[in-house]
Amino acid sequence: MASSYGYPFEQQHCLSISQFSRPDIETLLTLGNHYLDLDVQKSKERSMLAGKTLVNLFFENSTRTEKSFEIAGRRLGADVINMSVVGSSVKKGETLLDTAATLNAMNPDILVVRHGASGAPALLAQKVSGSVINAGDGVHEHPTQALLDALTLRRHFGEDLGGLRIAICGDIKHSRVARSDIQLLNVLGCDIRLIGPPTLIPADADKWGVDVFHDMETGLEGCDVVMMLRLQMERMSGAFVPSKREYFHFYGLDRSKLGFAKQGAMVMHPGPMNRGVEISSDVADDPKVSLITSQVESGVAMRMGILHALSDARDGVA
Amino acid sequence: MTNLTIEDVRILDPQSGFDDIGNIVIANGQIKALGDVAAKGETIDGRGLVAAPGLIDMRVTTGEPGAESRESIESAALAAAAGGVTTMVVMPDTKPVIDDVSLINYITNKAEQTLINVHVAGALTQSLDGKTMTEIGLMSEAGAVMFSNGAEPVSDSLIMRRLLSYSARFNALIANRPIDSALAANSCAHESDFSSRLGLPGHPPAAERIVIDRDAALAELTGGRLLIDMISSEEGLSAVRRAKSRDIEIACSVSMNHLALNEIDIGDYRTFAKLDPPLREETDRQALISGVNDGTIDVVVSAHNPRPAGQKRLPYTEAASGAVGLELLLSAGLTQVANGELDLMKFLACLTSNPASLLDLPTGRLAEGAPADIVLFDMNMPWVCDSDKLLSKSKNTPFDERRMTGRVVMTLCGGRLVFERLSSS
Repeated sequence: MASSYGYPFEQQHCLSISQFSRPDIETLLTLGNHYLDLDVQKSKERSMLAGKTLVNLFFENSTRTEKSFEIAGRRLGADVINMSVVGSSVKKGETLLDTAATLNAMNPDILVVRHGASGAPALLAQKVSGSVINAGDGVHEHPTQALLDALTLRRHFGEDLGGLRIAICGDIKHSRVARSDIQLLNVLGCDIRLIGPPTLIPADADKWGVDVFHDMETGLEGCDVVMMLRLQMERMSGAFVPSKREYFHFYGLDRSKLGFAKQGAMVMHPGPMNRGVEISSDVADDPKVSLITSQVESGVAMRMGILHALSDARDGVA
Repeated sequence: MTNLTIEDVRILDPQSGFDDIGNIVIANGQIKALGDVAAKGETIDGRGLVAAPGLIDMRVTTGEPGAESRESIESAALAAAAGGVTTMVVMPDTKPVIDDVSLINYITNKAEQTLINVHVAGALTQSLDGKTMTEIGLMSEAGAVMFSNGAEPVSDSLIMRRLLSYSARFNALIANRPIDSALAANSCAHESDFSSRLGLPGHPPAAERIVIDRDAALAELTGGRLLIDMISSEEGLSAVRRAKSRDIEIACSVSMNHLALNEIDIGDYRTFAKLDPPLREETDRQALISGVNDGTIDVVVSAHNPRPAGQKRLPYTEAASGAVGLELLLSAGLTQVANGELDLMKFLACLTSNPASLLDLPTGRLAEGAPADIVLFDMNMPWVCDSDKLLSKSKNTPFDERRMTGRVVMTLCGGRLVFERLSSS
């Protein structure tokens, strides 16, 4: 069984960052780092998950997360089945627990779940025998994204992220990525700032161990990393934000706003991007400042690490 | 630029509390010195007159764009100057609604062609639909000094919460009418014995209080800057007092009409006294006067709302609401001062220093370095209002043929003479 500081990784599921101790997180990031090496990642042995079944159960549309898990599973030798439930049994009236019972009867070893309702993967985890990985639930958490973000940061800034000043910008209120990132980066000792219009900052976010700002100029001061979040189109037509134009003017990351951050600051985005809404193309596509492609690369390796750790823990491998 | 001095005038400055006879020396559009100072350059004889900061009227509706025959910005500015108003804020409920940066620019361009300071209030919601937030940030940058939903209140509490929350980022002032739309639907009067006898559908002051309580709670929740746009009742005033006893950034306004008139002025279905909010009882009027005198009410507005005779000469329930007020604002107030009801300094504060501080304007005070926006008036001049002589394009006023005490003699804006009353008029 994988371990850090002598603490074995014993987690059966990956539902939320808050379930992991610091040693657990180190174990996961170390494994993720191990799989970053493409020779290791693409090794033909594929023994780790051989004979196991990974089911991608997506109740919401996703491209990159689903494919990332699929590739990670296949590279570890698992049989991967993608179930997109967006338009199938759910529409026929089947409840989440009905779906769980049906799936459980097929004995999958790992269930990767994305669902529109916060807490849905946790509910599934109580009802199925395999491991459940939360691939995004409502506006609650997206723990694997946070782990791959941390892995990306380590690749760029080195192992110790302590004291790194990170601004998370945009629609934090509706972001499960932000909620996971805030918890994980806090554990890793980062100095976290949230920047967004007051309508898109969650109530009492200042109690989350972060500093809240409403304008980019003061918020980005001294930041080493600027993490942009996606703003859903339907949220910027007068309900939370007046318009795309106004949002980009005050919160869209372009060269001039990036200039408020520390010299050499790096930009991240969980994707998919709305170019010209939360981020300008020249910033997103500039390899000197953008870690966005690196995030996608880290995604596969990190998910292999997570699958590895969960599988070991379940098998009780010493 | 040559100097100009107003000599031997009673100087009243609500911001500093200064009230004494002296000179005001003006140069380069600014007040250079005042009080016990030597006269310089040309002089204006101020004996027997009062000099106060030029008035700031935070609620003026015009018909521009879309209905310039009611009132244009230019005609409103002329009426304003005649009423001692040197700064006015025009409301966004025009056709089209001022809900976009380009329309803010349009009004600002028009404003530059007038002799007084004209500012614009941007619409809070697109087309004043009460639902869709406008570009509050961009419009603020383009020069909108406040945001209002015009005559229509924002009735949805969730939308109001988001508006107050979003605008807090820009420190924008949000004005909302305190009326519960559902309670006040189809009403045209105060709900009372009087309106019941007249057979006019009324709404109770509770419709006002409910929204004041709601908006104060939302302002407290969000940290937004709220202006309660025209209260009309004792019950509403009490709600404002309660809210102000907590540490919330709210301000409240009242129209001059509601300080001078009550529901009896509707009399025999006089549609020229049909206002929104409706005139209420005498006890309400007296409470509002005390609200100005004790500082609970921050702002007095003219609620200038020009309506052609055709919209007024209709059965009461069908007639348009509103009255012109720019030219009569000061006289109507001075009449209440002469009656011993209104406190002169507190009343003037509601038209000068208080609005200036809410809108963050440099004017509204008589002090060295302040813009020379000054109104000179005769406190005691008796006269009778003749609506035909109003400069406004529309003549709808409930004060027609009323006896008034006190009148504007001269108005300066930026040191320039923008109105002077010839002795014959």
